[in-house]
Amino acid sequence: MIELQHISKSFKDFKVLDDISTTFQEGKVNFTIGKSGSGKTVLLKSIVGLHEIDAGRILFHNRDFTNMDLKQRKEIRKEIGMVFQGGALFDSATLEENVMFPLKMFSNLSYEECRERANFCLKRVEVINKNHLYPAEISGGMQKRVAIARAIALNPKYLFCDEPNSGLDPITSIVIDNLIKEIILEFNITAVINTHDMNSVMEIADNIIFIHQGKKWWQGNKEEIWRTDNEELNDLIFASELTKKLKKFYV
Amino acid sequence: MSLYNFFYYIGRYFMLMRRVVTKPDDSKLFFANVSREIIVIGYNSITIVAIISLFMGAVLTLQTAYNMTNPLYPDYLIGLGTRDSIFLEFSSTIVGLILAGKVGSNIASEIGTMRVTQQIDALEIMGVNSANFLILPKIVAALCTFPFLCLISMIVGISGGWIAGELSGEVPTSQFVYGIQYLFIPYYILYSLIKISFFGVIITSISSYFGYFTNGGALEVGHSSTKAVVNSTLVILIFNLILTSILL
Repeated sequence: MIELQHISKSFKDFKVLDDISTTFQEGKVNFTIGKSGSGKTVLLKSIVGLHEIDAGRILFHNRDFTNMDLKQRKEIRKEIGMVFQGGALFDSATLEENVMFPLKMFSNLSYEECRERANFCLKRVEVINKNHLYPAEISGGMQKRVAIARAIALNPKYLFCDEPNSGLDPITSIVIDNLIKEIILEFNITAVINTHDMNSVMEIADNIIFIHQGKKWWQGNKEEIWRTDNEELNDLIFASELTKKLKKFYV
Repeated sequence: MSLYNFFYYIGRYFMLMRRVVTKPDDSKLFFANVSREIIVIGYNSITIVAIISLFMGAVLTLQTAYNMTNPLYPDYLIGLGTRDSIFLEFSSTIVGLILAGKVGSNIASEIGTMRVTQQIDALEIMGVNSANFLILPKIVAALCTFPFLCLISMIVGISGGWIAGELSGEVPTSQFVYGIQYLFIPYYILYSLIKISFFGVIITSISSYFGYFTNGGALEVGHSSTKAVVNSTLVILIFNLILTSILL
């Protein structure tokens, strides 16, 4: 479980996050949605400590991440897996080496055991017989899958994904969504996912937080989102004619 | 640049270096990275250093000969002049400046690209000290290889001078060889090696600094690369003066 208590963050005079409080439940798929520039990525980066927050507290299973020193944070970070928007795979390493990297750094496994675990993770995300390719030699969808494999290599308790479907076709997006959902259920991971993709939200979300102008504007689940009268949320989700028709039909 | 900015950048540089100079998380991986960097930074620079040193030595001999047309000056002084110029200044400072361009831009663009593609963020999320992991192997590799590059430059530079002197007929081989042995002070070699070691740290750390704090996209990676070369060059020149006044 991850608990955010009154999180605020500014860049110079611009307040990006304004008093956000919420709880991300264990074993659930938590989505943060919002327009571009609403503060979703800053929130995600603040939770994992890539940005220092100005006020508030972040608790990982009641452990106060905000007031920890670097050494203590390092221990928490070993429990975190993160999938970045562009994959962020290491260019100079093969796919297998990418997945082996956290294992070699932080586990006591032998080289062969690390390889075995890396191959298991790659197979789990359905990247087979491509271990010796470099990230530049595979498609964007496959890069995302390898990034997921790397993120789960150390059996993390928390998984963070920053727009895992950006730049992918609808079919690959569904594959990635289902993969994330399966992995979260399989390993009982607390997941926080940033997205613009409403298909993903409707497919796999357990808990949805809508960020607007740096504030938590709405929170609910995928059933409640159809019936919400929150104007800004409706503008975001039902922006196209197709989704407007869908809402009329559904409600 | 305001005084505030100047101290801000200096402070940030030293704060980064404090994170760099710590015990590596995994010593095996660290030595593997150092070996890789020795190839990239040192081995891959041998050709350019040798070519430049060869021509530098040749030009130095011809210029020294041109300035010693008085028949009262013995020919061996051309060899002596070439040797001292190469040992004292060219093999350390000029090679340092060349490496600032070649190695510095390479380091800044490599680390800068890692920054803008979030590879550094990925390292941090995993709990890796990214500054130590990426920068320390480069500094160690430069410290291991730059003195050898300096020695190669000295040998090739002297050879270039000898070839030019012989081919142009300005100085016979016997006189040149006598000249390069005449009043030889071994400390000049040590002085040069100390200087190039400092320059190695300057080039790798400053270039890494600019790469590490790249902010934006591909355009900014290019800017970081340029800033790395310009600033490394300036700091090399300043330290050249400081080290020369201390060591000589």
